[in-house]
Amino acid sequence: MFVIPSRLNAPQCLRKDHGISKASMQKRNRERLLVVYPWTQRFFDSFGNLSSASAILGNPKVKAHGKKVLTSLGDAVKNLDNLKGTFSKLSELHCDKLHVDPENFRLLGNVLIVVLAIHFGKEFTPEIQAAWQKLVAGVATALAHKYH
Amino acid sequence: MALSAEDKCNVKEFWEKLGENTKVYGTEALVRTFLSFPSTKTYFSHFDLSSGSLEVQAHGKKVADALSLAVNHMDDLPKALSSLSDLHAHKLKFLSHCLLVTLARHHPGNLNPEVHASLDKFLSCVASVLTSKYR
Repeated sequence: MFVIPSRLNAPQCLRKDHGISKASMQKRNRERLLVVYPWTQRFFDSFGNLSSASAILGNPKVKAHGKKVLTSLGDAVKNLDNLKGTFSKLSELHCDKLHVDPENFRLLGNVLIVVLAIHFGKEFTPEIQAAWQKLVAGVATALAHKYH
Repeated sequence: MALSAEDKCNVKEFWEKLGENTKVYGTEALVRTFLSFPSTKTYFSHFDLSSGSLEVQAHGKKVADALSLAVNHMDDLPKALSSLSDLHAHKLKFLSHCLLVTLARHHPGNLNPEVHASLDKFLSCVASVLTSKYR
């Protein structure tokens, strides 16, 4: 999948130029995934109380994991030309140790895009969304690349 | 997939806040779908898909009106949507996602995780009813 060069900056610009705190986005993205697609909770048995939306929203392990996920996405934005290489180790981890169905990477990507729309409002134009859709699809593919 | 009483309440309350803007949102969701998921354009080869297209706006209004109808008949979606054309493909999930993005962009304060979940379930139900007409 090719990212048109003129749109390479779209994900970077949204992240850098706005005052949205990385911490708040991380938390919102992760907690939203667990609420909107509850079956994803099965991967987080050790996280403690995920029994309700409010439990998820207040869970510190959810917040911490959200930070890990968005930090990885930050790496993706910095390495758009080599997503498969960047996510090689994470792909092996998600397949061999975590046993995560790659379909969930696409779900998380789409939830992230909804969170971005909430935060950026008018600035999240259809063109910027299209660039981000390509990015999350590329990341999902890269994360699934080492599955066997 | 069954919608709980809470889901129905969340969807109804959220939809009421959209007011007359549903037509605009339906059009924006279509535009986002065509831009982000170009393969969906193959189903509209007979449309003018350029920016500001009146055909896209008209279809956006149809989408919005159908969804408003569905919101008012959540207890019997198959019957409510039965008059809709059979011409709906398995790519409806892309339109559903883009509709969520459109609504999130315009109503960020109202789309908390619970309402997001309810809307997602509702749109999945609508898509399921429409695509089941193929079989």
